[in-house]
Amino acid sequence: MLFSPWCALEEQFIANVSSPASAARARRSGRVGLATASRSTSDPHPAEMATHELHPNDTLTTLKMESENLKAKLEEERAKLHDVELHQVAEKIEALGQFVMKTRRTLKGHGNKVLCMDWCKDKRRIVSSSQDGKVIVWDAFTTNKEHAVTMPCTWVMACAYAPSGCAVACGGLDNKCSVYPLSLDKNENLAAKKKSVAMHTNYLSACSFTNSDMQILTSSGDGTCALWDVESGQLLQSFHGHGADVLCLDLAPSETGNTFVSGGCDKKANVWDMRSGQCIQSFETHESDINSVRYYPSGDAFASGSDDATCRLYDLRADREVAIYSKESIIFGASSVDFSLSGRLLFGGYNDYTINVWDVLKGNRVSILFGHENRVSTLRVSPDGTAFCSGSWDHTLRIWA
Amino acid sequence: MDTISTAENHTEMEQVIVAMQDPDLGIKMKNQRLLITVIPHAMTGNDIVEWLMKKYSIMEEEALHVGDLLVRHGYIYPLKEPRNLVLRPDESPYRFQTPYFWSSQQWPASELDYAIYLTKKNIRKQGQLIDYEKENYNLLHKRINHTWDFVVMQAKEQLRASKQRRKADRIVLECQEQAYWLINRPPVECLTPRLSQRDRGKQSNTKCEHSSRMCPITHITKRTLVRVSGLAFQDGRGVEHLKKALGRSRVKSSICLESFIKYSEQYFSHDPMMHGCPPSNPWITDDITHWALNTNTVSTPTKLRVERWSFRFMELLSDPLGRLKFMEYLEKEFSAENLCFWEACEDIRHGENSRIPQKVSWIPHRQFLAPGASKWVNVDSKTMEKTLEGLRRPNRFVMDDAQMHIYFLMKKDSYPRYLKSDLYKNLLVKAIAPQETKRSVFPFMRRHRHSSPNPALVAQALEEDGKAKRLGSPRITSPATSP
Repeated sequence: MLFSPWCALEEQFIANVSSPASAARARRSGRVGLATASRSTSDPHPAEMATHELHPNDTLTTLKMESENLKAKLEEERAKLHDVELHQVAEKIEALGQFVMKTRRTLKGHGNKVLCMDWCKDKRRIVSSSQDGKVIVWDAFTTNKEHAVTMPCTWVMACAYAPSGCAVACGGLDNKCSVYPLSLDKNENLAAKKKSVAMHTNYLSACSFTNSDMQILTSSGDGTCALWDVESGQLLQSFHGHGADVLCLDLAPSETGNTFVSGGCDKKANVWDMRSGQCIQSFETHESDINSVRYYPSGDAFASGSDDATCRLYDLRADREVAIYSKESIIFGASSVDFSLSGRLLFGGYNDYTINVWDVLKGNRVSILFGHENRVSTLRVSPDGTAFCSGSWDHTLRIWA
Repeated sequence: MDTISTAENHTEMEQVIVAMQDPDLGIKMKNQRLLITVIPHAMTGNDIVEWLMKKYSIMEEEALHVGDLLVRHGYIYPLKEPRNLVLRPDESPYRFQTPYFWSSQQWPASELDYAIYLTKKNIRKQGQLIDYEKENYNLLHKRINHTWDFVVMQAKEQLRASKQRRKADRIVLECQEQAYWLINRPPVECLTPRLSQRDRGKQSNTKCEHSSRMCPITHITKRTLVRVSGLAFQDGRGVEHLKKALGRSRVKSSICLESFIKYSEQYFSHDPMMHGCPPSNPWITDDITHWALNTNTVSTPTKLRVERWSFRFMELLSDPLGRLKFMEYLEKEFSAENLCFWEACEDIRHGENSRIPQKVSWIPHRQFLAPGASKWVNVDSKTMEKTLEGLRRPNRFVMDDAQMHIYFLMKKDSYPRYLKSDLYKNLLVKAIAPQETKRSVFPFMRRHRHSSPNPALVAQALEEDGKAKRLGSPRITSPATSP
């Protein structure tokens, strides 16, 4: 229902373009000085041109030019409705006062770089994974380790806690995502009950359970995202559209619960419909790889962190970028971002070992947190917003509040 | 250094360096005294920090941090203690590394060059090579033994040429070269140099981070995809996608952005990081009362929690306690079947793939959709038709339209009435509003941090409990079942 007005417009649009005359016009405008001699056969029948299938004789240059033209038009359309900037709208609200957040817990136990972490719904447990293949489940409140698994591969770049709290999923250079049910029998080898769910053709960069333990969404270095059924390992839906490695994803908290956003090395952030596998929206304003994407709590926007040292906010209804969070003194890329519960604060973990805290609405930096001794690789706010956890290449995780 | 691998960081750092050397707005450089020699074009650590603070309007701690990064990437090198690649905010002298030696130049630091450098050092300062340098030297001696004569000859030539130079120039060149090799051939055993303030005063060991060659994985794997062959297809699809995007409807920025303001204001007092957390944030005071007051089985919810249910329908439904209370209300109104239907649809959508056909055929159809069903739900005819059609080929999305219809029905009708109902109002009145406790006077009195039952344990116990009930054996009381 969210997209019905858009769908109706789309149908109208296609109907308009389908007329042979306008289709021919559209094609001609996209070409500059391209001789018909480059086409091996005579010009296609107008009826053929009315369909939108890729003509095998289209050269890369024509497509690229058409693509560039359309992109420019799209930016024009987006700009038409942009009548005010976020910080202007935010002028009337009070600025945030002095911000004090400290490390409240330091979790030591990984023998190598911490690459990823996730919170359990119970608001105090977390799962973390590292370069040496270890996946550890902690009660972050007491700092006790509760479970530990050694994966058969190194560089476990993705891990996720199941909504029920009864399992964890993880993967990395093994190109798979495996689910481990958490057993409390100390003697039981967790690795024995492992279930291989996802299979990609390149490394696994991120994974997340959907609303239940039964489905997992994954993103991979092979440029695709995929939705899997945990029980059978069956591929339910795949998502193609990124032109390079996909590095991150996040599920939308919306009422319809059917979309997610992904970011990749092609500098694009794509919003997908989980049901159809289609890319609904695409944003390309970053100047480098997008390392992390996270939805604003209302689901109407999302933030991204990138190697170009900026974090950006994209509004889904306005269909554009609405804020850039950057500072000249921040030179290194942002590896992970997350919002506070109200969405007023955006936390960014950076490759220069720091965490920058941004006022989402006013656009200024509220605070900078030091403490980690190597790059911050992962950052998540707890489910009830009482704290956030950061993981770093310095082998530790820190809880801040 | 892992961070060397990204080109963007280099250009950014180089921009800073170039700005620092600007003749008008950059750092004022002077001659620095090093023992008895005078080095030209040098600056102090203090100068660097102050310049950064002024230029980027940042505090000292951050300026120190940025300056330190520049040193550790080889753009600025220390004259005193050259192996200690750290920025000291005092009178210690520093110099800019010549662009020839910048890491981004990717000047192939070949083995031959390194061998020549080590040989020069060996000749100049007999037996004063550091351990790791000695090791490397011996290794190289073995590996490129066939060109060793060349190496020695080159080393001697370079040394002779440098003797012709003025002492100050010679020292500068030596420092530059040394700084370059420290970055490009760091010792194998590495610890990251501390960035914390307290370590700055200490004489830390000469250790640097792993070079990018040691940790190539992220660099390589991030760019494994080279979709050349598929590019045409990619662009073709891209064009389609762009055409669709052009046709999409958009909302004015002023309306969208206003909603962010409203959302943040509405949730302000619910955000523990903005507004505190009654009675206290467990992570700060080690007191878990806040969590205990907000479990799913608590008998009296807190005021903030009940308030939050009124913000949006999804808030009410996603809180298990909220949903329970809502169900109670609906039962009184004899319209509970809507929520039951919605829950059944959720179960299909998110449940196991294999059980879909079974669930779909039994639950929605028999219980909810068939006329005269025990829990008949009011779905419009169009949706009903579509759903029944889809039921012939059950998949996880077959109930989506019907589910959506019922969801919006509840949202528009039952939900607003619930918020006005006595049931809800009573909840608000009776709700707990704990006082924010002050931090304890004696910070050393640390509370004992209680552990909580692992969710997996809770689930296991419930399962066992269920089994026991079915088998008629005595009840197993587990900590999970206690409220």
